[in-house]
Amino acid sequence: MSGDLFSPETLAFLAAALGRTLWMTFIGCTIGFVIGMVLAILRRTRAPLLAPLRWAAALYVETFRRIPFLVILILVLFSVQAFAPDLSLLGIATIAVTLAATAYLTEIVGAGLDAVPRPQIESAEVLGLSWFDTLRHVVLPQAWSVILPPAAAFMVMFVKDTALASHLGVVELAFAGKILVNKGFSPLAGFGAVLVLYALISWPLGRIASSLESRLAASRHR
Amino acid sequence: MPLLDIADLSAGYGGKTILDGLSLTAERGDVVSLIGPSGSGKSTLLRVLIGLTPPTAGTVRIGGEAVDYADKAGLKALRRRMSIVFQQFNLFQNLTVLGNLTLAPVRTLGVAPAEAEARARDLLANVGLADKAGSYPDQLSGGQQQRVAIARALAMQPEILLLDEVTSALDPERVGEVLETIRSLASTGITMLLVSHEMAFVREISTKVVMMDEGRVVEQGSPAAIFETPTQPRTKSFMQAIIRH
Repeated sequence: MSGDLFSPETLAFLAAALGRTLWMTFIGCTIGFVIGMVLAILRRTRAPLLAPLRWAAALYVETFRRIPFLVILILVLFSVQAFAPDLSLLGIATIAVTLAATAYLTEIVGAGLDAVPRPQIESAEVLGLSWFDTLRHVVLPQAWSVILPPAAAFMVMFVKDTALASHLGVVELAFAGKILVNKGFSPLAGFGAVLVLYALISWPLGRIASSLESRLAASRHR
Repeated sequence: MPLLDIADLSAGYGGKTILDGLSLTAERGDVVSLIGPSGSGKSTLLRVLIGLTPPTAGTVRIGGEAVDYADKAGLKALRRRMSIVFQQFNLFQNLTVLGNLTLAPVRTLGVAPAEAEARARDLLANVGLADKAGSYPDQLSGGQQQRVAIARALAMQPEILLLDEVTSALDPERVGEVLETIRSLASTGITMLLVSHEMAFVREISTKVVMMDEGRVVEQGSPAAIFETPTQPRTKSFMQAIIRH
């Protein structure tokens, strides 16, 4: 297949690699966001009964934010192979992304929750609103505008970090470039194509993140 | 039997005593004003009464029933009878004026949404803001926000309303409209406990004035008694300081 970078075969190969990069990022960060939200809320509860869970969540977040992503990938690879040897490399990499994203997004969501002024919560309290109603009707609607921009920025950044999954053998964008070069393309052509694709996905995602930021900053309500 | 009976109430933070065995009563329909220097515990008393700051000793009875501040159900029952308005309004920024007035009645009192909205519109009309139902708090002036906050507290249909320096954060030109709202409220017979630095207003509206210092009641009585013939030296010096400026 040497020679034509735009042959259907090569384009399909690159598209599949791009798909894996996006899959790992979107699925990992989306699940990570949902779990991160649960952990961030959990860490801000006060019930003595939940203390062990709060402690476990804190340990998880502090640990996984301090481990390099490549190490998380390798840890997941070896632990998953012990329990589910049939899981694909892409699946393993997605779990690793989820684990890392959860830890960071817990902090991002938490910072958003903490940004809601204390008197807003006291007002809800003196009106007799339950913990859950306060969270749902007062805290989360106000935290949203603080959470979304950095969460989106985190995801844009993580698109690039998923290149580390190539070390596991996941044929995502970065690995695809290497394969193209091995197949006889010049490094300039092979990695040039990869560079263009990374730029093509990062740029609009970055734009969405910053437009979110300016739109949400403009109004505290809605 | 007084509607509100506070006996030997103490509270503090981190080893510091703010309320020091304070006792006070209010009959139904009373307008009780708390005056005194900064740090005398006036605002803390209101925070303890509504359950935001836990008491360390003493009892509070409403209609003869002791309030259990350590118990969730006790706090819930308390907040059906007592409501508070803060200095900084603290309206929910993410909700419209109408949303601010209906959220708690619907979610905590179980009022039907349509009924809560009708009541909210009545209350807004009473505070002169019928046309602001769809506005967000940051689209209103401070005085308007404070009137909405008063309406929000009244939406809970409390027997006792606490007002914590509700005009202190306002533009001087906006103080009058909020005082007017409180004045018309007093004539409805609701029991009020208010902390205020508007002495002329306190004197005009109160049925009872309470002079506080160092977490205790120094002296209490009718507005005329406290303002004109105070008996305690601390009240006298406070009154002199006020008159001088």
